[in-house]
Amino acid sequence: MHPAFQGLLTILIGVGGCVGYFYLSNQFLDKVLFPPKGANAGRNINRAGMIRPWLFLFPAILALGLYLAYPVLETLRLSLTDRSQGGVFVGLANYEQMFGEPKFWEAMRNNMMWLIVVPAAATAFGLLAAQLTDRIKWGSIAKSLIFMPMAISFVGAAVIFKLVYDTRPVDQQQIGVLNAVWLSFEGGLGSVLFLQITPVIILLSFAGIVAYAGYIFVRPIFSSEEEGGGLGFIPLRLLVAAGAAYLVFLSLRSILGILTFNYPYGVPQTWLTIPFWNNFFLMVVLIWIQTGFAMVILSAAIRGIPEETIEAAIIDGANPFQIFFKIKMPQIMSTIVVVWTTITLVVLKVFDIVYAMTNGQWETQVLANYMFDKLFRANDWGVGSAAAIIIMILVSPILIWNVYSARKEMR
Amino acid sequence: MDNIAGSKSSLNWAVQLSVLALVLLWIFPTVGLLISSFRTADQISTSGWWRAMFPAEQNLVLRTAGPDETRIERDGKFVVEGNLFDGGSEAVISVWGISSKEISAYRPDEVADMGDGETIMVQANGNYTWTGSEEQISGRGQRVFATAKTPPEITLDNYKTVLISGSTTDSMAKAFFNTLTVTLPATIIPIVIAAFAAYALAWMDFRGRALLIAFVVALLVVPLQLALIPLLRLHLGIGIGKGYLGVWLAHTGFGLPLAIYLLRNYMVGLPRDIIENAKVDGATDFQIFTKIILPLSFPALASFAIFQFLWTWNDLLVAKVFLIDATGETTVMTNQIVELLGTRGGNWEILATAAFVSIAVPLFVFFAMQKYLVRGLLAGSVK
Repeated sequence: MHPAFQGLLTILIGVGGCVGYFYLSNQFLDKVLFPPKGANAGRNINRAGMIRPWLFLFPAILALGLYLAYPVLETLRLSLTDRSQGGVFVGLANYEQMFGEPKFWEAMRNNMMWLIVVPAAATAFGLLAAQLTDRIKWGSIAKSLIFMPMAISFVGAAVIFKLVYDTRPVDQQQIGVLNAVWLSFEGGLGSVLFLQITPVIILLSFAGIVAYAGYIFVRPIFSSEEEGGGLGFIPLRLLVAAGAAYLVFLSLRSILGILTFNYPYGVPQTWLTIPFWNNFFLMVVLIWIQTGFAMVILSAAIRGIPEETIEAAIIDGANPFQIFFKIKMPQIMSTIVVVWTTITLVVLKVFDIVYAMTNGQWETQVLANYMFDKLFRANDWGVGSAAAIIIMILVSPILIWNVYSARKEMR
Repeated sequence: MDNIAGSKSSLNWAVQLSVLALVLLWIFPTVGLLISSFRTADQISTSGWWRAMFPAEQNLVLRTAGPDETRIERDGKFVVEGNLFDGGSEAVISVWGISSKEISAYRPDEVADMGDGETIMVQANGNYTWTGSEEQISGRGQRVFATAKTPPEITLDNYKTVLISGSTTDSMAKAFFNTLTVTLPATIIPIVIAAFAAYALAWMDFRGRALLIAFVVALLVVPLQLALIPLLRLHLGIGIGKGYLGVWLAHTGFGLPLAIYLLRNYMVGLPRDIIENAKVDGATDFQIFTKIILPLSFPALASFAIFQFLWTWNDLLVAKVFLIDATGETTVMTNQIVELLGTRGGNWEILATAAFVSIAVPLFVFFAMQKYLVRGLLAGSVK
């Protein structure tokens, strides 16, 4: 049978089966099991009311349990067993083996860089686009064009950017945009301006923002009686501050690196094979896709800001930048957090982009691709599952936070 | 709003220009792919796509017609005349040469002396006159190295190759239908299941409801990477194996948390009066659901349908794990493109066209139903 007919048939069977199940089970409950008439009519209605929700929920719970909940536990179990020995329990041996592999640490390092850069850049660009398009006439057209990459698959985006990064030998015309632009720099003033001063300014502002965020986190410790927040958070605050200090250190070190770096002008580069920096070329793809998402959500949040607050600020003589940073930003902070965490989740699972563009070569490995490698090339289910569990552990703070805020909201 | 106090037109211009720059930056890569898919392999590899609108300068190796059939005798010499492009091109030759070491030795209309009275003259439009003795004008045609400007050319040949040529490696037609076969059931079935569950979670009172909602919210973020091995083992164990059924089930399972979450959030917001009135009038839950809730929830259903459609259409991982077997009969477009990247990494005309075929449908859906997509995004993430 042709798969297309099979597909149509499956739609019919699936939809028909579901509707039939819901209809018949409800009929059965009302007509046969607990008919709302006769001597026990009242009691029957109550009982039917107790059972009915579960009739509605049963297929969903079954699918969720089987396809999401059970695999989590089973993966945990598999990560503690060894396939080559017939699945015997080996304790943490898989994890030990994984922690001993340089490829794993490379994937961890790269994933951490993705986690910092992609959500930050996508949210920042999204915020910028949302704010800029807010008041102009053709804003909705601009927004839908920036939003468009959301519809493009990661694989499609990988092809698009492979063309951008394409390299031809020196004596031929470059067909990749990046190399064409790169070759137009020849080491003059313009090159210094674009390739050294601009990145230094970006890194400096990044370091400044991170330092400020770290300061905000540390400040309550020294003035604990003011804002409270509980002393229990001190370790967490110190942790965040230490992370921020490390990031500031990293960016200062890269500034030094940029200033002393000798650019190979005039030579076309194979961008995806330059270790360390190729990670950023891959990140660009995801930032390009996710910016539209951030923009749409933040744009709605900016629209939702009460006009009075902005009017009051204008009357008090605030300039547009003050309005944005002091009036608008604080009011959409919670949305920014939501956008940030959502993009973080996407980043943690990023697979297709790396798989299609470099397949983890040239030090671009990430956890999800590492896991895929282990599972389906090395056929090592134990280590593959262990890598999956690592991803799960990285996701779990967001999971707990989401459940916590969902419960808070329901009350 | 900004116009109330001290409207700043210069700032407004700056804003317009920055938005324009941002938009151009964002669509630039995609436009590159689109334009490349309409160019020939030669054009793509000799000039950047941003030059597609201008004549491209190419270095060509051309050959005159074979002398043995075409030569004519004139004034005791043998002459071959003709056009290097066989008359089928509007290319304009700027310089040419007769040896690979000196490809720009002559200008059009100049005569190249090849020794012993053998000469060749090439005109800008490719017409040539090759003159010499009987031995000289024989054997194979004379090679001519020409640098020519070829006018921009738009071709649909790439799309023909990719869609209808039937070539096994380049063809996307089969993959296109496979993708469609995966996508449609995987979009529709979770909606049905999730709608019923969402109704129960939104409007029915029972013990453990809050816990179930928390469970769904938690599953929203579980990485599907965790599900790969256990489910593949399960599928192999119960005899589904790798195939459409497996991938439909997997997509259904993975799509459910978002579906339930979105639909429940929407259904909770429906007016309570309608539902209570219906109950007072004696409607059963099943009737309320099918006659009232479902029609009213159309926007949320549409939102989720678009999400799930885009996600299943663009998916690579789930298809690779649950669908594509060793025979490769059931390959989907994303996988086909990745394979093309491996085997035909340099053939941009095929790659660009294949990629564009695969992103055309989602782009169409995106632009046609953007309203619902945005609405769904907002319901799904802003709390």
